[in-house]
Parts: sequence; C-alpha cells; structure tokens
Amino acid sequence: MRMLRRPGPWIALLLVALAASAPGWMGAYFLGIFTTAYYFGVFAMSWDLLFGFAGEVNFGPTFLIGLGAYGAGLLNNAGFGIPLCLAGGAVVAVVGGALLALPALRLRGPYFGLITLVAVLLLLDCIVIFANVTGGEIGMMVPDVLSIDASVNYWYALGFLAISALILFGLSRSSLGLILQATGQDRIEAAALGFNVTKHKLAAFCVSALFSGLAGGMLTFYEGAASVDTVVSLSITVQIVIAVVFGGRRTILGAVLGSIFLILFDELLRPLGQLNTFVVSAIALAVIIFFPDGVLGWVLRPREPR
Amino acid sequence: MHDEAPLLAVSGLTKRFGGLVAVRDIGFSIRPGEILGLIGPNGSGKSTVMRLVMGIERPNAGSVKLAGTEIAGWPTHRIARNGIGIVFQHSRPLHRQTVLENIKLALLPDSLWRLAAEPHVEQRARDIAERVGLGAVIGRRPPTLPFADLRRLEMAKALARDPRVVLVDEPFAGLTLAEVATFSELIDGFRRDGRAVLLVDHNVKSVAALVDRVLAMYLGERIAEGTAEQVMRDETVRRVYLGGRIEAHPRKELDVRGGEALLEVRGIDVLYGKAQALQQVSIHVHAGEFVSVVGLNGAGKTTLFNAISGLVPFAGDIRLGGASLRGRTPARIARGGIVQCPETRELFAELSVRENLDLGGQHLASEAARRTQLDWLFDLFPILNERQRQKAGTLSGGEQQMLAIARALMMQPTLLILDEPTLGLAPVILEQLSKALTRLRETTPITVLLGEQNVTFALPHADRVYVLEHARIVWEGAPGRFAAEMGAGYL
Repeated sequence: MRMLRRPGPWIALLLVALAASAPGWMGAYFLGIFTTAYYFGVFAMSWDLLFGFAGEVNFGPTFLIGLGAYGAGLLNNAGFGIPLCLAGGAVVAVVGGALLALPALRLRGPYFGLITLVAVLLLLDCIVIFANVTGGEIGMMVPDVLSIDASVNYWYALGFLAISALILFGLSRSSLGLILQATGQDRIEAAALGFNVTKHKLAAFCVSALFSGLAGGMLTFYEGAASVDTVVSLSITVQIVIAVVFGGRRTILGAVLGSIFLILFDELLRPLGQLNTFVVSAIALAVIIFFPDGVLGWVLRPREPR
Repeated sequence: MHDEAPLLAVSGLTKRFGGLVAVRDIGFSIRPGEILGLIGPNGSGKSTVMRLVMGIERPNAGSVKLAGTEIAGWPTHRIARNGIGIVFQHSRPLHRQTVLENIKLALLPDSLWRLAAEPHVEQRARDIAERVGLGAVIGRRPPTLPFADLRRLEMAKALARDPRVVLVDEPFAGLTLAEVATFSELIDGFRRDGRAVLLVDHNVKSVAALVDRVLAMYLGERIAEGTAEQVMRDETVRRVYLGGRIEAHPRKELDVRGGEALLEVRGIDVLYGKAQALQQVSIHVHAGEFVSVVGLNGAGKTTLFNAISGLVPFAGDIRLGGASLRGRTPARIARGGIVQCPETRELFAELSVRENLDLGGQHLASEAARRTQLDWLFDLFPILNERQRQKAGTLSGGEQQMLAIARALMMQPTLLILDEPTLGLAPVILEQLSKALTRLRETTPITVLLGEQNVTFALPHADRVYVLEHARIVWEGAPGRFAAEMGAGYL
C-alpha cells in the first residue's frame, strides 16, 4: 500500500480526529461557528469541482444551494420528515441545475458564467414574488430542526462534510476527474481524444448541484430557517469563490480550509467592527496574489528537479 | 497496395466563414500505409481542412468518409472514437499530472461510470511512452520537459486510441535537425503500422522526404497535386511561393555604405518555451533603406519583428540610432519611431476607416500635422479616401491591408516594419499593394523593413535582402543576386 507511506492521508486523518474531538474541549459558541463553516466547506468543494476541474466559472452556486434549501424547507412545511425533505431538496437542485446547465454549456467564453448569474437573480425574484409560501425577504421558518444540541449539530455537520469530502475528493482523483480536467483545460483537445465534453461537464454540474443542494438543505434544518441572506445572496457566492481560491483551486480539500478560515476569522475579528470583513478580505487577497495556487496548492506544489 | 480502398476519402469539402470561403471543393484520399502532405502558405485553408476532417469545424458541403463511413458533421469525440487521431502543433498537457498519467488519460473510455482505469491501461501507456521515446521521463511533469518531449507526448496521446488515420499539424515546427530525424522516423512508423497519415505543413521542403503525395492549397483551393518533386516543380506552386518572375529594381541614388545603421540587431536569440525561434540573428537597416527579410512561414520573421518591437523577450542586443532598445516597453519603442504593421493587421473592426486612421495619429503634435499626414495618405491610398466612413471590418482583404499600412504611417515612423502584407491576398490585389509600396519608396525618404515569404513581392522594392531559414539568417545580398544564389534552394 503506497498510500500508507505518504504523509497526506495521515495528516488528513489527524485533522479529522482533532475535529471529531472538538465537542469535548470547545465551547458551544465555537462549535456553532465550525458547524456553519463545515456546511460552507461543502458549498466550496462543490464549486471547486466545476471551477477547478471542469473549468467552468459558475456564478450561481447559490442558485443550486438555494434550490436545495428552499426545496427542503417547502417539503418540510408540507409535513414531510427531514430525510425525505433533504432528498427532495437535492433532487430539486440537481434537476434545476441540469435545466440550467444544458443550454448554458452550449455557450462559449463568459456566457456560461453570465447565465448562472442571471439564474441566481431569477431565483431571488421568485422567492420575493411568492413571498406567501417562501417568506420572501424575511425568510422561511421550518417546523423541524436537526437538533437543539450544539454538539449533535456539530456531529451532523462534520459527518456530512467528511462524507462529501471523501466522495468529491475521490471523484476528483478518479478517471472521471482526469477527463474533467482535460475538458476544462482544452475542450477541443479533449474531444479529439474521444471524450464527449458536454456529457462530462454536465455530469460534473449535476454532482456539484447534488452536494450544494444537500448542504443547503442541511443548513436550513440546522438554522431552523432558510433565508435569502444565508443561502441565495450573491455575497455568499463571493465568499465561496474566495474560499476556493484561497484554499487552493483544483484541490477540493483546500476549499474546506478556505471556508473555515473565512468564517472563523470573520467571527474572531468581530471586535474590529466594520473592519473585520476588510481584514479578512485583505488577507485573502494577499494569499491570492502571492500564492495564486492557494494555500493547499502551494503546500502540494510539484517539487522535482528541473 | 494501391488497389486497397482508401481509409480516408474526402471530396467536395467546402467551408465558409461569413463571406470568406476558407476551403473550396477540396478532395483527396489516403490509403493505409500512405502519407499525404497537405501544404499551403498561411491562410491557405490547410489547417481548416484538418479541422473539418476532425470535426472541430463543420463543413458547409462535401463528404468525409472514414473506411466507407460518412463522418462529415459528426462531433469531434465521435470521430476520434471511430479511428482518427490528431497531433496538435501546440501541446497543452495537464501540468499537474505526470507524463504517464497524461498518456493514460488518452486511453480512458468515454464513460461516466468507470472511476478507475482498467489494469491493462497502465502497461499500454508505458508501451506507448517507450515507443515515442518518453520512457525515461515517464514520471516527470510536463512543465519540466524539453520542447521535443512535449511534442512526443502529443504523438503518444494521438497514438493511444490506435487510430487508423493520423493527422499531424506542422510535425517539425520548432525542432532541431536531429529531432526532425527522430520525428520523421516516428511518423514513418505510422506508415509501417498501416495507418493513413495526413501531414499539414507550410511548405513541401520540410515534408518532402516522408510523403508519398502532396496536395498544395492556396486561398482555399487546390492548386497542385502529385509527388513532392512534381509539386515543387509545379508552375502555380512556384508562383504562389516565389511569385512570378523574380525582378529587382535597385535604387541607384541610395548610398548608405558609410554611415551608422539606423537599426542594428546584434546576434539575438529568442526561445518560445523550449522551442528556438531565432538563433544568433543579426541584421541592420540604414536610414532610407528598404530591406526585405524573406523566408517561409515559420522561419522566424514575425518573431524577429516582435523582438524589435519589444513584444517578445530576447537575448542579444537591438539598437535604434545607437541606443539600445533593451528594457523599453513596446509602447515606448513605437513612440520612438519603430512602427510595426503586423501580419494579423490588428485593425479595430468595429471602427470606421477614418477612426482607425485617427487613432494612429493620436501622438501627432497638432491638428494641422494630422491633417497633412491624412491628406498625404489619402493621396497614396485613394481607395481609403472613398471608404472613410465604412467599418474597417467590412473592407476587403486588400483594403484592410492598405488601411493597416496607412494607420502605421499615420504615426510618422522612422522605421516602418511590414510583416507579410501579402497574407491571404489575391494576385490582383498584390499588384495594387505593390504599386503603393513603389510610390511610397520613390516619393518619401522612409525606412522600411519588410518580411515576406512571397519573394516576387519582396524583391522589386528591396535595396537589400536577408533570407531567414529555420530561425537563422542564411543569406544576405542585393536582390539582383537572389535568383542566381538562392532561387533554387528557397522552396
């Protein structure tokens, strides 16, 4: 087993063990911050699969997240149980994502990104227009929550993050991930090697939508509400982009590091008042300028004699 | 062997881009074990033919048959699965993966459900690497490889799917002579495997030793077909590459032997990644002189001009009027008087003729100076006066070229660099352009550096000629001596 001799998996295992033991030594306040950060980590990983591997800049991750969150919330309000609501929300996200991606992927250049951006604005409008069922700008309460105990909520989030990371990271390292990178880098060359570029990109979009939608639903049942500010707003998109680029594009796991950094520091620097967002953004900007491959990308950079 | 049915049969292939007919009624066939060379100067449509066969572009008309199956209009990936492989000129491997992984990629099935490669893939990838000569670098990542190895990797990827037809775009571009021999051997190996091979290149010379037959194209049409020798001797081909009869009109009154050169290029080297684009190139141009640099496409003319304009990094020194240009920005070099009219023309297509010219005159001191310059240019190119309000993008090719030259002249250059102004122009237009250059040369003291592959166009105007071949200057002399000393070996 070559895997056992490399440090990477061991470090990952150590970090997971450390994270798993957190409820033993961390207060409820910080547990809550990490819980949010973990869901955010799944948003970011899903986005990196599209940006880092399929080479498509999706400005509408919150379209997928929002569909998952509101889909799950509406089902819950209709009386279904949480597992069924989560599954339903994920299905809504995947179907919505596929309907969006099918026409968008036919376009070249910046138009894919623009279409996804417009999709978010449309979703925002729909939520406001149908305020009687969605709660509009105030948000939609859900009758059920995952748990009222901070530790249990933390466990749910960590478990969900770990399983998502395992699947998405595995996928990125599989044959599929390799083909996806080829299509993202040069679609003509990939097609000339015999790969149906649209098929692979669409599949990546659906996988991204699945995990985004699930995470959106989970977050809704953690917070007991779905609101435009937490799952649809464009500022969420910006944070996802920063988290991925900061952590390391094309690494999947870097997206988790980036998310934890963003959310944790945003919270820690809260005493700075208005300045806190500025400081966090400045740090992120510095990392992006000086380490364009991100933190994890820099750590894992290929080292071999020239 | 010639009784065998062709593997690839193309007929009546036509492709239009808007109003431009890039490929018109092209047909050819290649049998198993046969190598066909498809040649033509830049803009002749040869690359478009290759892209049409591969399905990267969809033909407007015509048929492409692979072993009897009609594949015209199929998507690229389906054509690839059915047995056509392509070796691109520019390699874009996955940089984070090793050479072996890059080859394995090409061996994967087009499936969403196969998450791991089948066990035989690894061994097959190693075999292919060994065959193309990548065995020693199999674990390295592409950014650390020399240029020739990157080309080998492209070959390996094209071979992976065991294609029946292989298309190779400019097989020898950027390679050293020793590497050319190895790559010839590799391509010859395709023949022995019984594959049908299409080599696309600028000129016959580079592929002559390999090919069974050559098809020459110009302006989208077939101009000759036959063995390499036949095509090289063909009158039309010679006219396209060399132009018609070679003439020279040396100016008697110009005497520049004494003074210091206006432009002096001293032993410069340029590397594109790992490909040597210029090697120890030295030229000089005196004030008032008209110097032509001739060479086939790919010889390095554009690179030389881009080095002078500060657009590519180089080793060596370039001096204008005694001062080194090293470290100056392209904008500063242009304001300093070296104005380049690039082969791609770079007109602002959405702006009118007049607006394009006005942009060129932005740096002139006064409105009066702009007006004088403009009047002089309209006198030199009357057609531009008539077309002042027309959008530049809607002009014909010849008019666009004149506008590009005029815009460059608006900047009142001390040295005007013209990079292949004849690119893609019909013969009748060439004559108009040639007349304009003659007038320019006879009525003004302008200094011109002209790059051309069309010798007949380049020679009549020139006071002195350089021949650039394979990144090196191989000949320098008066245009009158060109025919005798270089005429035969040029093609």
